[in-house]
Amino acid sequence: MKLGLVIDLDTCVGCHACATACKQWNTSGTIGPLSDQSPYGQDPNGSWLNRIRTFEVNQANTSTALVDNSKSASCGSHTFDLHALATQGESALAGVGSNGSPASKTVHMPMSCMQCEEADCVTVCPTGASYKREEDGIVLVDQDKCMGCNLCSWACPYGARELDEEQGVMKKCTLCVDRIYDQNLPESERKPACVLSCPTSSRVFGDFDDPTSEVSKLTVERAGQALMPELGYKPTNRYLPPREKGEVAAMVKTNEPALSKLKKWANRMIAR
Amino acid sequence: MNHQIDSLPEFENHAEQETKFTTCYMCACRCGIKVTTEGNEVRFIQGNPNHPINKGVLCAKGNSGIMKQRSPAKLSKPLLRKPGTERGAGEFEEISWDEALDILTKRLKNIRATDPKKLAFFTGRDQMQALTGFWASQFGTINWAAHGGFCSVNMAAAGLYTTGHSFWEFGDPDWGLTKYFMMWGVAEDHASNPIKIGLKKLKERGAKFVAVNPVRTGYQAIADEWIAVRPGTDGMLALAMVHVLLQHDLFDDEFLVRYTNSPRLVVNTPGQVGDGLFLRNGDCQPLVYDQQSNAFVDGNRVDISPALFGDYTAPDGRPVRTVMSMLADKYLVDEYSPKKASKICGVPADTIERLALEIAHVAFKESITIDCEWTDWAGRKQTQFIGRPVSMHAMRGISAHSNGFQTCRAIHLLQVMLGTIDCPGGHLAKPPFPKHIPPNLKPARDMAPNTPLSSAPLGFPTAPEDLCIDGDGKPLRIDKAYSWDAPIAAHGLMHMVISNAVKGDPYEIDTLMLFMANMAWNSSMNTANTMAMLREKKEDGEYKIPFIVNSDAFHSEMVNYSDLVLPDTTFLERFDTISMLDRPISEPDAACDSIRQPIIEIDRDVRSWQEVLVDLAGRLDFPAFKTEQGGNKYESYKDFIINYERAPGIGFLAGWRGKDGDQHLCGEPNPKQWDAYIANECFFEYKLEPGQRYYRHANKDYLELAKKAHWVGSTDQILIEVYSEPLQKFRLAGQGLYDGPMPNNEQHKKRLTEHFDPLPYFYMPLEQQRIDKSEYRFHAVTQRPMFMYHSWDSQNAWLRQITSQNYLYMNRQECLGMGIADESWVWVESHNGKIRAQVKHMDGVESNTVWTWNAIAKAPGAWGLEKNANESKDAFLLNHLISELLPPKQSFADITNSDPVTGQAAWYDLCVKITPAADGETGAWPQFEQVQPLPNQGPSPKEISYTTHENVNLKRSFKDILTRGKK
Repeated sequence: MKLGLVIDLDTCVGCHACATACKQWNTSGTIGPLSDQSPYGQDPNGSWLNRIRTFEVNQANTSTALVDNSKSASCGSHTFDLHALATQGESALAGVGSNGSPASKTVHMPMSCMQCEEADCVTVCPTGASYKREEDGIVLVDQDKCMGCNLCSWACPYGARELDEEQGVMKKCTLCVDRIYDQNLPESERKPACVLSCPTSSRVFGDFDDPTSEVSKLTVERAGQALMPELGYKPTNRYLPPREKGEVAAMVKTNEPALSKLKKWANRMIAR
Repeated sequence: MNHQIDSLPEFENHAEQETKFTTCYMCACRCGIKVTTEGNEVRFIQGNPNHPINKGVLCAKGNSGIMKQRSPAKLSKPLLRKPGTERGAGEFEEISWDEALDILTKRLKNIRATDPKKLAFFTGRDQMQALTGFWASQFGTINWAAHGGFCSVNMAAAGLYTTGHSFWEFGDPDWGLTKYFMMWGVAEDHASNPIKIGLKKLKERGAKFVAVNPVRTGYQAIADEWIAVRPGTDGMLALAMVHVLLQHDLFDDEFLVRYTNSPRLVVNTPGQVGDGLFLRNGDCQPLVYDQQSNAFVDGNRVDISPALFGDYTAPDGRPVRTVMSMLADKYLVDEYSPKKASKICGVPADTIERLALEIAHVAFKESITIDCEWTDWAGRKQTQFIGRPVSMHAMRGISAHSNGFQTCRAIHLLQVMLGTIDCPGGHLAKPPFPKHIPPNLKPARDMAPNTPLSSAPLGFPTAPEDLCIDGDGKPLRIDKAYSWDAPIAAHGLMHMVISNAVKGDPYEIDTLMLFMANMAWNSSMNTANTMAMLREKKEDGEYKIPFIVNSDAFHSEMVNYSDLVLPDTTFLERFDTISMLDRPISEPDAACDSIRQPIIEIDRDVRSWQEVLVDLAGRLDFPAFKTEQGGNKYESYKDFIINYERAPGIGFLAGWRGKDGDQHLCGEPNPKQWDAYIANECFFEYKLEPGQRYYRHANKDYLELAKKAHWVGSTDQILIEVYSEPLQKFRLAGQGLYDGPMPNNEQHKKRLTEHFDPLPYFYMPLEQQRIDKSEYRFHAVTQRPMFMYHSWDSQNAWLRQITSQNYLYMNRQECLGMGIADESWVWVESHNGKIRAQVKHMDGVESNTVWTWNAIAKAPGAWGLEKNANESKDAFLLNHLISELLPPKQSFADITNSDPVTGQAAWYDLCVKITPAADGETGAWPQFEQVQPLPNQGPSPKEISYTTHENVNLKRSFKDILTRGKK
């Protein structure tokens, strides 16, 4: 099995439900607790396994973050081509009028562990705490073996790993391994908390090894893309680019000037 | 997933866990939630998959309920301002509930026995207005309202005076069938999960989604087309689209003739009494011109073919014309052409034209039919429902302008012309809506000591006679609702209460009682001055508002300004009803209501406000709460909900009524009703029959059900009011042509004459009419982030990690032109004051608009925050810049900064100028004194490590480490 997520950028509205659902489940989950520093003070920030950034991309192929609360230390030094991912051609971009604003688009970008096939975060781990499960491909951190050296987070280009300040160990997405196999949960709820919660159903969970799974089918149908594939980590998760909405039909104009319509209306016989 | 179970440890001790259902209250959506607890702690809150509102999903706020429950700002005991200390100094002593209720009872008893209007009872994010309103009417004060006056009364009133339902709570787009969806002015607000679920459906089906909004965030970001409209000009955009539809004969004349008042004849005698009113017969029935008999006939008759257009001479010699002829004349003029509109709303003329031609194409060339037998209002059998699959949704960006009522009517007009009202694919009503237009309920006016009001405090005036004014035209209500200032103030004007009471205009009050309303901070316009007003004293040393009572669950800024604080419970600790009698959670195809039940045991000395209200009602001898023997009729809130009947068989909860719990909508009280709700996951859903689901304004089977359930008073057709005769009556009063109450000052006359147009029209927002637009050249608006929308009552430790500082977002090109760097500090100044804020550049904002996230800023020390929290140091409130009064105008008395029709607070009308701050000027300004900690309030935690059980680690075996190499 190759378990992972498909994230639909066509419908993600950047609401952060997946982020807090994740935080809520996992703080009492196998990877928890996820501590919060300065929760009521200056610059609050804790451990999160899933964060949502919001960017504007424009014609000049530059992107600016509107919302980005990720921990800079674990953000990764690489940049990804959001323009290519989020805009299928320039028609997807919109301008704001006549003041020279570049045509642009707002994109919401949830990011969590990509469950890479060639996971450098695992390779660099000196204690063997980080590992990729053979049976389903989930990348995990054994909390008892982790010594909090942070090497794995530096190795991750996606900023998906966060060192818990209170616990001194590394936290990351588990694909809710403590939900997806739990026979005590109704079958419909055996999925990651983020998927369960997503109000626009923009997150889909499944087995990429199974060509009939929803994630595999969506990836084919919607040309799902990996993030920064050029780095060679073979990420499992896929992002679905926004759909292109073509022109829609409009009524044909008549050329009669508006004012000439006045007093020319014909009543139809319409029974009440 | 069924593999690999054996190799996994048992992560959760399910035997120690319990799962219960209730209703979320992290915002106003009221989603169903399933809560897993462990001990007395919340393990997990998830959406209830069976719930009609959220269907299993849950937003960022709902998922953060744990941190609301754990908030260090929770109040724990009743508080009394320490004698001898100043209001606002934050010095309280803890008292017992007995003491608190004794103090309050004594005070209220005296008011009730002498002059009941001296109690002003206003509630904020109240989800039980049927109870609080009933309580106020039993007390005998008309001074009651909830927060609708600064939220969305323009949307509610415009809908209820036009189509009989409205956006959000009273209606929804037909997400499943619509092919073209226009979303107007939705500032990430109402509603949360239903909009998100709906947008997903649209996008999957390939429907087009157009977002009209000056700001491109959130929902707008995934729109197929973003229309960057200038704030406050949406009405012009909508009416220019109406212009295009008329120009090209693109309207549904069958719908207009059958279901609207467009064929009605209007007397056309400008300057004379009776001008603009319907031509009526001797029985007072409005007339139409019947093309079959070529005669003026009762417009309600079945067997006629009314002329949609035409000018006629009435039998009494007066000229008359159809509504539709008036409408065509009005909107076909050049003023409403796309070209002219473009200059005002900033949307290119060809875009306006194309949008109109696109929606017309969908409505008329892509219409849908559903084969289904139904019976129309006249008893005629029909075989199908015709759908015009264009739908719309509009909210804050429309409502919070002083032209919002007419703008919302303009959007409804667009829908009505296309025939998209309550049809498949269109905009659907949600039971108990639609109502007759407007709902048949007049605001209460007469008060007497120790006497309940004869009706509810709020209602729907249809003529000047219905106003709450005295013989001299002076307002009777403290907020001046239903006065000449705001005649159709259907939700009251909560934003004027403090300002009016402090001025003693129209009179002084004794006690202000608030519930869940942060009037000393983000719920007031003009915040800094409001805080000063709350402290203002008379010459004798008494406060101008002598006594302030506040019920809240958390240590808000308003708590700090209260004299008596009654600590409320959290939503996970109480019983509640979300009732069909006030703000229903229905879906278009089902009538629904729901309850809350306690999930967590209370660990503090707090009581739910509804429990306190029922208790107080007994103490104050409200007739409806007393037995004939003088004892208390209801022993608790739960008991009241079960047994109180508004009318025989009609109570707060509609499900499982009757002695045996087998009747729905209407039936005797059921002693086990709460149990039935709890057994059904805390909600009740009454599915309509397929033949009752559309055209409900003219659907006999539906209307009969609605009458049985007391949703409507009669089964008469609900005729959609394109032309509003009630508005015209107020306009005639302004013109001095009304046979009844008329205003006597010039400002009121002018407002009525201009703004009570019986057909929607566009006018510049009022603030802009009174300031120098070249000086204050930016529109300044706010929105709530999706992860905080309506989540008013705790600084949530998880949500504030997403945003704890707001920025002033400005168009990048404008900033570059003004030399304002990204993340630099600027002064933002309005006619009312100035603030300092930090700028962020963005491309997706209309160039004349600046905006920010609302209500991020907090007073230092409030809400359990440390004094150096970002919310207090760097975040800012735009509220300081917004006056509750319009900028002064020569010779005119001060008047509310509100929509002149409904009194809706016009906080989106704000215009500002922006100048770079000097070097070294950083941080938000103004800054406020630190709120003192409450008695026994410890410091907030420096770190949280929340978990409900010791975490079960999934261990990697050493064998795996040794044998698998890098994997």
